[in-house]
Amino acid sequence: MLKWASLAAAAAMMAAGAASIGTASAQEQVKACWIYVGPIGDHGWSYQHDQGRLHVEEVLGDKVETVYIENVSEGPDAERTIERLARDGCNIIFTTSFGFMEPTLKVAAKYPDVKFEHATGFKRADNAATYNAKFHEGRYVIGQIAARVSETGTAGYVASFPIPEVVSGINAFMLGAQSIDPEFKVRIVWVNSWYDPGKEADAAKVLFGQGADIITQHTDSTAPLQIAEEEGKHGFGQASDMIRFSPNAQLTAIVDDWSGYYVDRIQAVLDSTWEPVDVWGGLDSGMVSMAPYTNMPDDVVEMATKTEEAISSGDLHPFTGPIHNQAGELVVPEGETLSDGDVLGMNWYVQGIDDQLPN
Amino acid sequence: MSGLEAVILTIITAATPLLLAALGELVSERSGVLNLGVEGMMVMGAVCGFGAAFVTGSPLLGALAAIGAGMGLALLFAVLTLTLVANQVATGLALTLLGLGLSGLIGEAFVGQPGVKLGRVSIPGLTDIPFIGRILFGQDPLVYVSLALTGAVAYVLFRTRLGLTIRAVGDNHQSAHSLGYQVIATRYACVLFGGACAGLAGGYLSLAYTPQWIENMTAGRGWIAIALVVFATWLPLRVALGAYLFGAVTIFGFYVQAMGIGIPSQFLSSLPYLVTIAALVVISGSRMLTRVNTPACLGQSFVPER
Repeated sequence: MLKWASLAAAAAMMAAGAASIGTASAQEQVKACWIYVGPIGDHGWSYQHDQGRLHVEEVLGDKVETVYIENVSEGPDAERTIERLARDGCNIIFTTSFGFMEPTLKVAAKYPDVKFEHATGFKRADNAATYNAKFHEGRYVIGQIAARVSETGTAGYVASFPIPEVVSGINAFMLGAQSIDPEFKVRIVWVNSWYDPGKEADAAKVLFGQGADIITQHTDSTAPLQIAEEEGKHGFGQASDMIRFSPNAQLTAIVDDWSGYYVDRIQAVLDSTWEPVDVWGGLDSGMVSMAPYTNMPDDVVEMATKTEEAISSGDLHPFTGPIHNQAGELVVPEGETLSDGDVLGMNWYVQGIDDQLPN
Repeated sequence: MSGLEAVILTIITAATPLLLAALGELVSERSGVLNLGVEGMMVMGAVCGFGAAFVTGSPLLGALAAIGAGMGLALLFAVLTLTLVANQVATGLALTLLGLGLSGLIGEAFVGQPGVKLGRVSIPGLTDIPFIGRILFGQDPLVYVSLALTGAVAYVLFRTRLGLTIRAVGDNHQSAHSLGYQVIATRYACVLFGGACAGLAGGYLSLAYTPQWIENMTAGRGWIAIALVVFATWLPLRVALGAYLFGAVTIFGFYVQAMGIGIPSQFLSSLPYLVTIAALVVISGSRMLTRVNTPACLGQSFVPER
């Protein structure tokens, strides 16, 4: 039975191969698939990826068929889900969470004709690309804002998992804040989850209770901002503009915008020009953008806008020396900047953070 | 607001949904029905509670809708397991999956909508007392409901005839049936009570805890509630103790982290589970007592002998 099935599959594959030789090398329609780690309704990370998918449908119209699966946990489920999509005829699969890295590569090895794109990872293959956004650029900006707006000189940081992406975000935030107020403090709570509104809210309450008056987060729900709203404090939106949930609390938000990238990559599959690239776009590419600056004095808005422009134009790099680590050692000498690779693998805190990095 | 006061207030809000859901499950299990669908009923309560409050603007109607939604799913469970004698474990798991899926569908229109928050109680004079005022007299009404319910469940189960009937049905349904007790009817009532509590617990999340609707916002709290019931050996006061201990250790973990003491956060995240289980196992130390309190017919289907 199994033998016949595989024979049939082989025959089908040969036929498909012959068909693709018969037609032009460019594809007429692409089936593009996404897997999300959370629900689309998180109004944060997964929501923004899905906005990108919807944009693809709008722009490419008939040339694309899209499929998505939400709420895929970063475990054994992920591999099964990705493989199912590959088997179901997806031509390109976007896996949109760090924890999908190994499953993506495993499935990619089994399905060489399918293109894979893994967000926020660092491992590639001939048919597996990676893409990410330089969120830390936005975090530098919000660090500066926090230092200007805070009255207690302390910010609370609701963090998810101690991976380089999150750590470099905390460092960029602190470097931004220190550029305004060298004595600025940050208190960090790791909730060990990307998405648990209750825990995120609890963490925010505890942080406010300990003297923070500004909250920022590297988790996906709107809960910490809502607590800020309730307590009359301030905070920053994450991944998506969350102003609706906290009209008086949100100062700005670091918004991910994947739509342009998704259109480009699917167009590349249509044109047969797809390559396993490693794209890391920042404020300059539009992959990261800042939501409107609100609830702060005009001079702070002016400062934030200037910083945003400086980073975007390349005049300012968030990780420009001198940068010391917690032990006081000089890691980046004056005038130099940290390489992309070093930022992507960051596993140390800059001086001035009192927390110890969990490892 | 001082740091300690903030911590205590946070512990209370963290413990309340666990306590509500666990009390309902406790009554259901005392009658011999193991309903693993708590998570599903909770999340349905959360979405319906949010929806009703959003549409009508009344958090009270929201809370009632949450109760109704939990009871609706519980009724489905009861029909399947009690009337049609389906396997309780499988049906319960299916109920959770159904609740998670259905709530996402119902909630689609509510995603990203600002919620209606259940207000806190304010008693002039008392609530203004420094420190203890907010803690004792300034909670949202559901906190008081959950505490009153703990006492009520303990009283009814162990001090009334009704409680005796429920426990008899849960311990030996054949004997209870022979004595003329309505096994199926009693179990229906207990399962519906469990659904109402789970629904209200979900409503607490979307109306008071984090007033918004987000998919999967229960994030596993239903499962924690089920575990609490077992480790508390089916005793209401111990369930309350467990729920508060769990909440306290969770918040304590955040507090310690924010102080920057440097204890690994992964360890702190697992601590609530470890401490709660250890504490409840220690206080219910006697094996004999545990066996006495375990409903002997838990999870077994009842078909009357003729």
